[in-house]
Parts: sequence; structure tokens; C-alpha cells
Amino acid sequence: MATPPGVSERDFNRALDQFRAAVGDEWVFTSDEDIALYRDAYSIYWGEEEERVASAAVAPYTAEEVQAVVRAANEFKIPIYPISTGRNLAYGGSAPAYSGSVVLDLKRMNRVLEVDEDNAFALVEPGVSYFDLYNYIEERNLNVWIDPPDPGWGSVIGNALDGGGGWTAYPYRDHFGAHCGMEVVLGDGELVRTGMGAVPDSKTWQENKWGYGPWVDGLFRQGNMGVVTKMGFWLMPKPEALISGTARVPNDAGATGLMNVLNLLENQGIVNGSTNLNGAPGSGWSLSLPIYGPENVIRAQLDYARTKFEAIEGCTFTEDLFFRLPLSDDDFQRVQSGGAGAVRNEAFVGIPNLSTFAMLGRSPFQPNPAGGHIGFSPIIPRSGEELVRFRNWYQQNAAEVSGGENLGIIGPVFMTNWERSLVGLIMFPISKDPEYNGKIRGAFERWVELAAAEGWTEYRAPTVYQDLVADTYSFNNGALTRMREKIKDAVDPNGIISAGRYGVWPKHLRDA
Amino acid sequence: MGDSKRVVILLVAFAIGILFAVLLFSSMARAQDSAAAERGRQVYEHWCTPCHAPGPGHPGTQSLEVKYSGDIPAVLEEREDLTPEFVRTMVREGILLMAPFRKTEVTDAELDDITAYLAE
Repeated sequence: MATPPGVSERDFNRALDQFRAAVGDEWVFTSDEDIALYRDAYSIYWGEEEERVASAAVAPYTAEEVQAVVRAANEFKIPIYPISTGRNLAYGGSAPAYSGSVVLDLKRMNRVLEVDEDNAFALVEPGVSYFDLYNYIEERNLNVWIDPPDPGWGSVIGNALDGGGGWTAYPYRDHFGAHCGMEVVLGDGELVRTGMGAVPDSKTWQENKWGYGPWVDGLFRQGNMGVVTKMGFWLMPKPEALISGTARVPNDAGATGLMNVLNLLENQGIVNGSTNLNGAPGSGWSLSLPIYGPENVIRAQLDYARTKFEAIEGCTFTEDLFFRLPLSDDDFQRVQSGGAGAVRNEAFVGIPNLSTFAMLGRSPFQPNPAGGHIGFSPIIPRSGEELVRFRNWYQQNAAEVSGGENLGIIGPVFMTNWERSLVGLIMFPISKDPEYNGKIRGAFERWVELAAAEGWTEYRAPTVYQDLVADTYSFNNGALTRMREKIKDAVDPNGIISAGRYGVWPKHLRDA
Repeated sequence: MGDSKRVVILLVAFAIGILFAVLLFSSMARAQDSAAAERGRQVYEHWCTPCHAPGPGHPGTQSLEVKYSGDIPAVLEEREDLTPEFVRTMVREGILLMAPFRKTEVTDAELDDITAYLAE
């Protein structure tokens, strides 16, 4: 059995004994066979010395058990790494950011604690997946929707905390932005509730985000300041209908008007769906706009959008589809088979699924896939000029970055999940072959470097690249990172929680 | 009644008893198998169908359609060649984009139930 770095075998065994006393023998995993289940199946260092691996895993069932485990870890200075459902594939999966950590597996904490349809919110534990929350709501026929991301098996809490997003209407598809209130276990085992949750017997924990005084929830987004054990989310009342249209411009010059009108429409709340933006050199640009709401309202919104787009020189606008919700069986089949344009799969109508993995898996177009994948997702400004510049920059550099080989890298895919900015996604296949993965690493790191030189960097990264990307946030000699380090040292003085996550290391590892 | 007749009656009674015991045991075993398969169906529906259900949008089914070109059913529930050992290996080791399932997701007992369901 491996021990965490800097921890004696005696102390590790004493900590494990306390873990067992807290959660039961059955839920402390120390055998090689069990620990192997916590490897990151999409690791870019699979089978190599640098692969991030756990030393053990412990799976509490309640917040009280989490407190007991954290207290024991704090006493013996054991690094721990909380995961929710452990399905954050492409961003580290269930493996720790710091090798040798004990994975704190929260999957057993899978209770939906409350869904309120009158004011549309939910309170859940970390082990609740999108499938779980969807099933809970549908079994009770509640009048709320969830906003699923691509992986329906992902944790509602974990996805939000890692900065994930989904595919339905804004503001719900910004998952962290849609949260309201947390319960967190700090590094010394103390339990904290944020926002209105700090009021005893609060009746508005999930109904007012801010509470009173400095707002601390952001410390736990992509953070390592505590272990989140409960979290509230605002949900959308089930919309009555969905309509979508597509604006097309014939050339790159039209992209400026296209983006300006999109911004105008989104910033007024006229277009609320996740748009689909495409453009290849010489073929112009297209933008599909799903809008959710009551039929007469969204028809008026689409008409307004049409007038604005058609005012752009050379722009055409067509209505693509209209669905009453919930979908009829025929409409559901159309969506599921990929025949509904901008409504690319069931996630766009609030139904969690795994169909995006089908695009990345074995298919007639890709009979021998690599297996896994990671993404480079830089944030770029919402302007036509920058959109065209990013696409051209990618194409100008792609061959050199891949060393003249076809490594199967796909890009750029433009995403509009976030308000007021774009994501220019580049996808990298990951295999179990170290030689191939080495080439992918070289390409990934080069894209980070090239993008940073242009002022673009990403909002989320696989664990092995969280330091690399954190270094691109370097204003004033990395002042933001240094501020985070000061907070980390204050709230987790022994530095036991998620060391290194998103580039924030505890003092003893910074000095090492 | 002669001794030989008594021995024959005892032997017949013993044989009947054995037969009942075998039938009872067999019936109990079938009931247990059936219960395990039903539990396995529920676990399978929760964990496996998002990838392995019939129809488009299911990456596991899509992958096996391409892999076997129709020689073997792409939907796991239609397969008759899935041994418990093979199913356990797939679930605990994963393959291609399918990551392994941890024991906090699918316990060893639930995995046995899945194998019972797929063996039906």
C-alpha cells in the first residue's frame, strides 16, 4: 500500500483506522484493485510516472461522516481530494490533482433533499447526478426543469463547482451561477452554511444568494478551501414551447453584425437558448438561436430577432423548428436521432443523456477511436472580428502544433454557453499509448502558450494542466494566485484539501 | 410385513424425500436467481442503459454496432454470450471511453445482480 507523500506509514494507518471508525470498514478502500478504480480513465499520463493516482479512498454517507474524516485527515496531515460522482472525465475524473491523496468519494451522499416547484429550486448532496435529479422530478411530476450538461451521469454539485455548463436557457445553464447556498466542511472539520443558510432554521437558504456580508461561495468554485456537502440550485419552470431560427451571413465580414446582434438579443434576454455558431473559411457563418418560453411570447421574440438579423447586409434568417413541450413522441424521436438542428440532443430539452460521448466514441466515421479526450477551452471576446481572428489563428497554427501529423485534434468549436463571451474549444483525443499521449501533451501545451500570447486563456482545465493555465492569469506578477494562497493558508492551514487544484497549493507544498 | 418389504418401503420413502428436497432446492435457487436478475435489471437500467439502450444517441450501442457489424447484437440485453467474468471485467476495468465503475457506484453485490440479469 502506498502512503501519501510526507506521511509516515504509522500515521497513515492511524488515519485509516479513524476513517474506518467514521464510515465503516466497507467504505475505506486500500487494496490495489480498489484504488485502481479511482484512476483517471482519460489521463494524458496513463501508465506513466506522472499519472495522478490515489493512495486510498474513503466514502462517507453523511456530512457528519465527512466532518469526522476531515478531522482525522487534519490531525495526521493526510492530503484528501473530494470527488462528487467521480465522472468529471476530461478534467481528471476520480483521480486526485496531487498524487498520493486519499480520494474522499462522496458518491454515497446521493440524496435529493428538496425540490420546491413553487419557487423553482432544489437542494442536493454531491452524489446526486443529473439523471438522479431528473428522475426525482419526473417521478413526482414537478413543474421544474433541470439544465443537463453533456455527461448526464455527472454530479449536479460537482459540475457546478468545476465551472461546468449546460444547454438550455440562460441563466440556468451557467451551473455555478445558478446555485444558491452551500454547506461546506472546512479543513478543521467545522461546518459552514453560506448566504441565508447562516441564519438558524433559515427559510430562504435557496431563495437569496447573497445573505449578509462578504460572499464566500466563489472560494469553492474550482477551489480547495473546503468540502461542499450540500448545495442549492435555481431551476427553470418547465417551458411551454421552444422555437429556433438560423441567421446566415455569406462571408467573414458579416460576422461582425452577427455577433453584435446576438449580443443585443442575449443581453436583453430576447434569446435565452444556447446558440450554435459555425463558420468555415469561404462559407460564411451561421448562428442558430433556440428560445424557450410561452408560444406567443417566443414567436414575438423570434420575429424581433429576425428583424435585427435581416438588417445586416447579406444576412438571411429562417425559422427552423417549433416544439411544444413536453415533446411529443415524434418530436422526441427527431431530437434523439439528431434531426432537430440546434436542438442537438435531449439535453436541450432538459433531459440528461450521454449522447455526446457517441460523437467521441467508435462510429462509422471513427472505427478506431483513441478512447478518451480532453479539451482546451479558451474564453474569447464576443465580437465578429475576434471570432474570425481565432478561427484563422487556429488554422494557421494547427499543422505546426501537431508536428505535421494528423493527431485527430478537432477545432475550433465555438460555444456560447457563457454570457457575453465565447469559448473556442479544441478537442484532443487521449489514448492508453504513452507515445501518442506524449504528442498530444506537446500539442496541448503549445496551444496554451500560443493562445496566451494572443490574450486568450481557458476557464477550466484537466488537473495535470491546472498549474500551466493558472500561470496565464499573471497580472501583477500573479497577484490573484498569491491572494488565493493566503486564503488557502488561513482556512486550511495544514493544506489537506485538494492540494494543487486549479493551481492553488498549500504553503508546505509551495515551499517544497 | 417381511423385512425385505419394509426395506423397499423405506427406500421408496427416502427417494421421494430426496426428490422433494431437490425440487425444493431447485425452486428456491430459481427464485433466488430470479430475484437477483430483477435487482440486476434495476441496476442495469440506472447505470448501463444511458450508453447501452437500443437506438441512436447511445454510445455503447453505437460502438458495438460498428465493432460487430451486426454479427453479434449491439444491445447487451440481446446478447447470449456475456459471461459473468466478462461483464465484471468490463465494469471494473472499462474500455475505450467507458470509464470503470467504482464500488460506491456499483457494489460487488450489484455487479453480481447485473451478471444474473444479462445471463437470463
